[in-house]
Amino acid sequence: MRTNGPLALIFHTIFVVIMLAPILVVCLVAFTPEGYLSLPTTSFSLRWFRTIANYPEFVHAFWVSLGLGALSSLVAVLFAVPAALAIARYSFRGRDTLAALFLSPLMIPHVVLGIAFLRFFTAIGIGGSFAGLLVAHVVVVFPFALRLTLAAATGMDRSIEMAAVSLGAGDWTLFRRVTLPLILPGVISGWALAFIQSFDDLTMTVFLATPGTETLPVRMFLYIQDNIDPLVTSVSASVIAITMTALILLDRFYGLDRVLAGKNDPGR
Amino acid sequence: MSAAPATDGRDARTAWLLTAPALMLFVGVLVIPLAMTVMLSFHDWGQYKGIEPVFILKNWHEVATDPYFAEMFWRTFRIALLTTLITAVLGAPEAYILNRMSGRWKSFFLLVILGPLLISVVARTLGWALLFGGNNGLVNKLLMSLGLIGSPLPFMFTETGVVIALAHVMMPFMVLSVWAALQRVDPQIENAALSLGAGPFTIIRRIVLPQIMPGVLSGAIIVFSLSASAFATPAIIGGRRLKVAATLAYDEFLNTLNWPLGAAVAVLLLVALVLIVVGSNALIERRYAEVFR
Repeated sequence: MRTNGPLALIFHTIFVVIMLAPILVVCLVAFTPEGYLSLPTTSFSLRWFRTIANYPEFVHAFWVSLGLGALSSLVAVLFAVPAALAIARYSFRGRDTLAALFLSPLMIPHVVLGIAFLRFFTAIGIGGSFAGLLVAHVVVVFPFALRLTLAAATGMDRSIEMAAVSLGAGDWTLFRRVTLPLILPGVISGWALAFIQSFDDLTMTVFLATPGTETLPVRMFLYIQDNIDPLVTSVSASVIAITMTALILLDRFYGLDRVLAGKNDPGR
Repeated sequence: MSAAPATDGRDARTAWLLTAPALMLFVGVLVIPLAMTVMLSFHDWGQYKGIEPVFILKNWHEVATDPYFAEMFWRTFRIALLTTLITAVLGAPEAYILNRMSGRWKSFFLLVILGPLLISVVARTLGWALLFGGNNGLVNKLLMSLGLIGSPLPFMFTETGVVIALAHVMMPFMVLSVWAALQRVDPQIENAALSLGAGPFTIIRRIVLPQIMPGVLSGAIIVFSLSASAFATPAIIGGRRLKVAATLAYDEFLNTLNWPLGAAVAVLLLVALVLIVVGSNALIERRYAEVFR
């Protein structure tokens, strides 16, 4: 294969710089020692990170996001594992329709989902509650959990299971001691990707969150609507750091390219 | 998946039993709410009486006839189309360049370009708001020092700014899609063309482009549908006056409280997107049937 010429490398450099610039500028401004938006020129300061502690609504929103992300992705995985095993192993009538239904939250704009959930939860009397938010997040992150579990279950070597059955393993033992350990990397990656999706969701959550159940992206969004100051950059930098940590873990566990390739084409 | 063994009745029962919890969740919390939203768009609403559960076409009539909505939907799709074009024109060459890099660099830059996909959209858009920031924002300073522009351009609260920030947010989807298409291309074909005397531009135009076109097009569908329904970026960069479908629906629901009208806007957006996505998918699959075999 031919290698890249100088022109291609210049294009590539500019491309990468533009891709990173907005993220870098947020992280740099977060360390400004000044009281206004500026790039730190003389020294780095943690004052705006310390200031976050004086805004309990940001701290509270962080815990809501963390709890919501962990819980909704866990519930999504619990629903996704049996569904993925069924879809991967049995060819039954309606299988393709089921798979399409389960992946449909990827196709439906989140603004429509937010409206639908808001309407539904208000009608059944759980509008603005954490429970409603949780159920909504489970549905939205379910496709991510399902897809990675499905990939693991499809690629699994069935002969190991057959060996276990021939040695007298019952259904539950078979699942707990053989099947689950084999698909576990896929399940954990599905959980992690689902967590990131829940942790980052703004468009749907902004319809459902009320002052007590605001998530961090919602809090940040509402804050930015009023004014942009170094405080919101230090909060963003913290969010970026958390996501990066999850990304690195995901890369170690499973390979980021496989995770992202799964995320690529919605609804197919 | 088609390799799964044929099933008897008992297996089918097991399969349905295993999918039952997820199926009940989806019917209860996705299908029913969506149906209720479609119903909502036919309800009446008044400043003092609130929502009246009747069946009228008032909201749909308003959306169809009021030029405000036509302008807003036109703006939404214009922004989505421009965003799609920019990601295709810049993302496809970048994917091609990435694919020609050696192993270690390739995975490093792939991570750098695709990683932002998982970083909060609010944080990424905030970055653009900082870069644009008024008349002496960094972007304007850079463009002026390069002599490309004489006076500062307005980026905040303009469609230009929204399109730039949105293109940045959506770029990883395009790179990923073209990248996936490139993985199916045999590099020897390029070498064959080279040995037969083709120049670099002929190779790009006659060999590479036709082969990655399905990837560009499916990337374009993803980018277009996500851009047309984007909320955070138009809301932050576009501000309160530059409304697109998603931000207008948000306003109707949480500020004006005219839920039925907001529901009509959202349902129309959903229907338009489904038609566009399904239609172009069908077109692409017919045009490139051999690639999808």
